Amino acid sequence: MPSIKTLAKREEKEIRFTPGHTLCAGCAEPMVVRTVLNAIEDPVVVASPTGCLEVASSRFPGTAWNVPWIHVAFENAGAVISGVEAAYKALRKTGAIPRRIRFVVFAGDGGTYDIGLQALSGALERGHDFLYVCLNNEAYMNTGVQRSSATPACAAATTAPVGDAIPGKPQDRKDLTEIVAAHHVPYVAQAAVSHLIDLGNKVERAMKFDGPKFVNVLTTCPLGWRTPRDSALVQSKLAVETRYWPLYEVIEGKYKVNYKPKERVPVEEWLKTQGRFRHLFRDPRGKERIAEFQAAVDRHWEWLLRKEACLSGEEGGQA
Amino acid sequence: MRKVMTGHKAVAEAMRQIEPDVVAVYPITPQSEIAEYYAEYVHDGIVHTELVPVESEHSALSACVGAAAAGARVMTATSSQGLALLVEVLYIAAGMRLPIVMALANRALSAPINIHCDHSDAYLARDAGAFQIFCESAQEAYDYTLIAQRIAEHAKVRLPGIVNLDGFALTHTSQVVEPLEDAVAKKFVGPFQPLYPLLDVDNPVTWGPFAMPDYYFELKRAQEAAMEEVPGVFLEVQKEYARLSGRPYAGFLEEYRLADADRALVVLGSTAGTAKVAVDALRERGEKVGLLKVWLFRPFPYAAVAQALGHLKYVAVLDRAISFGAMGALYSDVAAALYRHKDRPVLTNYIYGLGGRDITAEQLESVLLELSKVRPDEALRYIGLRE
Amino acid sequence: MSAKLKTWKELPLGGVVPGGVARELNKTGSWRAERPVWHEDKCIQCLQCWLHCPDASIVIQGQKVTGVDYDHCKGCGVCAAVCPKDAIDMVPEREGTCAR
Repeated sequence: MPSIKTLAKREEKEIRFTPGHTLCAGCAEPMVVRTVLNAIEDPVVVASPTGCLEVASSRFPGTAWNVPWIHVAFENAGAVISGVEAAYKALRKTGAIPRRIRFVVFAGDGGTYDIGLQALSGALERGHDFLYVCLNNEAYMNTGVQRSSATPACAAATTAPVGDAIPGKPQDRKDLTEIVAAHHVPYVAQAAVSHLIDLGNKVERAMKFDGPKFVNVLTTCPLGWRTPRDSALVQSKLAVETRYWPLYEVIEGKYKVNYKPKERVPVEEWLKTQGRFRHLFRDPRGKERIAEFQAAVDRHWEWLLRKEACLSGEEGGQA
Repeated sequence: MRKVMTGHKAVAEAMRQIEPDVVAVYPITPQSEIAEYYAEYVHDGIVHTELVPVESEHSALSACVGAAAAGARVMTATSSQGLALLVEVLYIAAGMRLPIVMALANRALSAPINIHCDHSDAYLARDAGAFQIFCESAQEAYDYTLIAQRIAEHAKVRLPGIVNLDGFALTHTSQVVEPLEDAVAKKFVGPFQPLYPLLDVDNPVTWGPFAMPDYYFELKRAQEAAMEEVPGVFLEVQKEYARLSGRPYAGFLEEYRLADADRALVVLGSTAGTAKVAVDALRERGEKVGLLKVWLFRPFPYAAVAQALGHLKYVAVLDRAISFGAMGALYSDVAAALYRHKDRPVLTNYIYGLGGRDITAEQLESVLLELSKVRPDEALRYIGLRE
Repeated sequence: MSAKLKTWKELPLGGVVPGGVARELNKTGSWRAERPVWHEDKCIQCLQCWLHCPDASIVIQGQKVTGVDYDHCKGCGVCAAVCPKDAIDMVPEREGTCAR
């Protein structure tokens, strides 16, 4: 498993995502990108759909990508990487490409959960050899914090504002990690930007497999979540501690919850630190909504533990 | 060797000889046979191509863009709604200067849904930045697939190209086709020269950057410069192909009995065959009529069209699609071509054949005969429509 | 972005650009309102600041922190927040000290 020193050593040798990008001060995305790229030893080719990362890393004539990188459109990263990987396979057959190359997608939740879901699903089903990393910041941040299907219930977004009739997003988030797992690909995981060494380990484990690999990384956004710009890690850590964002893996169908918080930290602790949930603490019905939110988190956590118990790969399972 | 084959088989044969590294394709009537033939070649192991059986046309062209940027030779094919779905990526492929050749089995656009031929799909892609060639026959579909590959990959061009063949009329009818020998075709197409491939990991590049107002305009102007190179390259490649194949291809246009004519039709695609029958019939009756068939639709050969039509008295421009709220697309191009020409024939625009409506030689004869009598204020007419 | 803008004839095919050039082109240090000041004496070389810096602006040599890349550091303060030993202080930029 790559230690922090190993990651540092690799970046010293070859920095794959350079400074000079124009992501917001305090953005969590580059933390994830650097860690993932440092965790892979082989040469990589990266594709990104439209989004914060793409816009802020590739303003012509500049680019922060020091590895081959391609952007095509918003909804097609899964298809684009399929094409790149198919080209690699074809050219390997002719002997034109002597070295092993790995393929990585970095995409936001909009480009993954919503508009890019079909292309992702197709790429997963066809079994291309690539790692898809979802930088999940739970809304369309690049276009101004509109709601996505990754946005949690109650969160304020510019297309789900806190109005007198409808306070924030009425619907719960989509469970994309499970949707990907249902494609029965070799490696699926959830990770969080506050746990980068865990992320690095996951990437290293993932890259041992041929075929599609997927990591859904909670990638906090101080701008969209309305938190201080130095707080990305705080929000992420709380999301894990409150069990809102479980760290887990599905390796060849076997579930493993990587971290089980010893204490039950109420999700309210996470909600109350973010401007997008502020209304819950002002509205007279807020308490009720927070209780519903907690119930959903608990249900999901219990369900995940049950799944782990049934599908841990160990005889008899364990909770 | 002469063989009987459908337009689809002719295109698939050309693709087999080109043997792209990657083919990404999604089924749609009437294009599906191209995908099916090619899948057979791949599954029989007679080509090294990686087939990417994508989940939509949008992903088909997206995979092609990824593969082309990676350094592979790529091809695809589509039709109608599929073209409509992927047209976003077609603009991008052109902007990224990726030489992707795509057969387009021309079919009407919904609604109402219809699987038969017209040119509304090709017209939808008119401004996308791909060059477009229209074919009259299965032979032309074969020939121009090879020619298009060379144009697209030419160092001065590096643009996507569309080879149009009329749905069913060409795609599904059997005709005599004389393909080149495999070795001859392969030598004509030559090896693919990738530019700045993503798979060259020692020289990392960024494909598809984000351009602000400081550079977007210049990048688009540079793209148009590549389009401006297409006519020259088209003539050069076509000439080489004509020599190689013995086929009488010369120029952007085929002029049929036009030199001494006073009236003529202008058409795209398979209708040219029907139009030739009409022209021959009227010529037998002493009518001085002719035909102009347009091979290269984009970039539009304005000067050549003006040169070919300037001496005529009356010209009927036939569009197989309605450009709602405007004159037909081909008509508009022909009118623009003639505007600066000192002699200008009277132009009439005819809309015909939508959604696979038959067009007959008799109807085209009537058009040629009525041209001199069309009221000047009646610039747009319909053929074969129940009024 | 004071470099002379190129004409359309000088642009690369399809807008393809060589990797990593943003580092030279965009000196994002000019965004900074506060600057991180690293105290070597307090630093335990855990590399948490390096790991989490969004702008890869914690300079390391031989896997040890040696300073801050003020040409690119945007002053977000994540490094100071993540430091377990308070070895990084955020101090207001004085006028004239911003990187250009």
